[in-house]
Amino acid sequence: MTRIRMDALTRRFGTVVALHEVSMDVQPGEFFTLLGPSGSGKSTLLRILAGLDAPSDGRLHFDADDVTRVPAWQRGVAMVFQNYALYPHMTVEQNIGYPLKIQRTRWYDITKRVKEVAEALQIDHLLKRKPSQISGGQQQRVALARAVARKPRLFLFDEPLSNLDARMRLEARSFIKKLQRDEGVTAIYVTHDQTEAMALSDRIAVLEGGHLRQVGAPREVYRNPLSPFVGTFVGHLPMNLVSGDVRGADVFVGGIRVADAGDAKGEVQVGVRPEDARWTDHGVPSRVLYWEDLGSEYLLTVDMQGQQVVVRHFGDPPKPNDPGFVLISHATVFAS
Amino acid sequence: MSRAPRTLLMGFFLAWFALPFVWLLSAPFSKTPGFRLAFPDFTLENFPRLLETRGALHAFGNSLLLAGVTMIVVGLTATLAAYALSRQSFRGRDLVLYLLVLFSSVVTGVAAVVPLFTITLKLGLLDTHLGVILVLCGGLLPTAMFVIKDFVDGIPRAYEEASLMDGATPWQTFRNVALPLSTGGLAVVSLLTFVSAWDNFLIPYILLRSPERFPASVAIYSFFNELGLPFLNVLAAYALLYTLPVLALYLIIQKVFGFELYGGIKG
Repeated sequence: MTRIRMDALTRRFGTVVALHEVSMDVQPGEFFTLLGPSGSGKSTLLRILAGLDAPSDGRLHFDADDVTRVPAWQRGVAMVFQNYALYPHMTVEQNIGYPLKIQRTRWYDITKRVKEVAEALQIDHLLKRKPSQISGGQQQRVALARAVARKPRLFLFDEPLSNLDARMRLEARSFIKKLQRDEGVTAIYVTHDQTEAMALSDRIAVLEGGHLRQVGAPREVYRNPLSPFVGTFVGHLPMNLVSGDVRGADVFVGGIRVADAGDAKGEVQVGVRPEDARWTDHGVPSRVLYWEDLGSEYLLTVDMQGQQVVVRHFGDPPKPNDPGFVLISHATVFAS
Repeated sequence: MSRAPRTLLMGFFLAWFALPFVWLLSAPFSKTPGFRLAFPDFTLENFPRLLETRGALHAFGNSLLLAGVTMIVVGLTATLAAYALSRQSFRGRDLVLYLLVLFSSVVTGVAAVVPLFTITLKLGLLDTHLGVILVLCGGLLPTAMFVIKDFVDGIPRAYEEASLMDGATPWQTFRNVALPLSTGGLAVVSLLTFVSAWDNFLIPYILLRSPERFPASVAIYSFFNELGLPFLNVLAAYALLYTLPVLALYLIIQKVFGFELYGGIKG
């Protein structure tokens, strides 16, 4: 189990700053996710952790070791690539055994360990095949087996599920989680899929445009986003952003008090999750624009005094243009 | 064009181009070969006569030596250089690549013969195989590097990155991953290099003086009598033998790598 300390990591490509003074710690044995849209710098950060890229500034520590300038092959880090990067000229067995062969492990021990890992991942019947002769899901397991085989000090995952179809993805997701638990290895996982991040992680770091926006447990990031970006990016339905105003110590939306003001003053942006707003008989006067039937629930899009808001609704749907009220039970205030 | 005249025209061109090959196959087995086509009055006598001709077989050995060493040197150095050019970006890389294209068509041309001769003379390598090999390598390297670089460019970097993450040093990565994935390009380049060196007449003709060092391509020009008339029996048999190594190499590479090579194959 390795503790990782990132200290003001910066990466510039010419005049473009891909990563801007990112500092954070990852705890030993933690499943830690770097979440962000494309161009957020999450992959750049992962490559720096891997040693495939070097930071322009800043330091990187694994436990007490400064590894900032340590090359990839001396870091003892295993990585699962997005396209798996299985060596096409080697069999599955040779692929899994490759890290061990490089370590000059004895042939007998390689065979034994490969068999052991392959059985655990249920790919032991594929050992003699070439990567091109097995399915995408199987390739992914081989890539995991290769990463596990030599007991690394750190796992890195670079969007390992994005090449799988939806069903396989769910299965592989729980698989990865279980594997990391069993091996007890610190894991860093890169994804742009917030569902994946929420489901897998002990903690999530949200990145935007090379800046670290927020680090925290999935629920904490979900409930208390620090910026409108985090609020709208995390969550399977985007957070509603409405305008509110501060009067005294309270924030009001449509004349109804929704939250404490804290330090905020004047006009503020208020984030409301669709499940924190209810279509009911009191609150802010509103009008239904249209609804979508999701089977288990309805998504109502309502006009709340000139602002469009999405509300989750259980029970019978109102008709379009029906008047009614939106009640906000929880809101996040973004002081501008 | 209607069918009959077109077929006739195609047939004419086909025959035109096929004639030399038919000659190549028939003349060596003919008692009295001439510059004409005739169904051979079959004999194998020409080949023993070839063995008796002074220097004939020895020249073959020289050719194998020159072409073989050139192929190995070019294959090794071009692969290493091409890998670096493909994977490493450094200041002036594009200039280097541009120069490669330029020099690939210039260095071994007739225009360069005088400077090449002078350089070889000053290095004391005139009339040595080493001199010929160096000049051949110099001429073939740019094209070889360019072809292999193009091939390596097509191999995703992720394989090498995976290898580095698996704990392999860059050298181990090159040997275990990049090189095995480049064998196709390497095979093509080796074949073309061998054929070019085997074929080359001008360079050894200019740089070598002693007949016992001549490769086959030069030695073949000694099969003439005092009047400048060719010994066609020996010449025809020799020409056939001369094509065989290239043909064999082509077949081996095709067998091993299972792909077709088109164009540029001469013998």
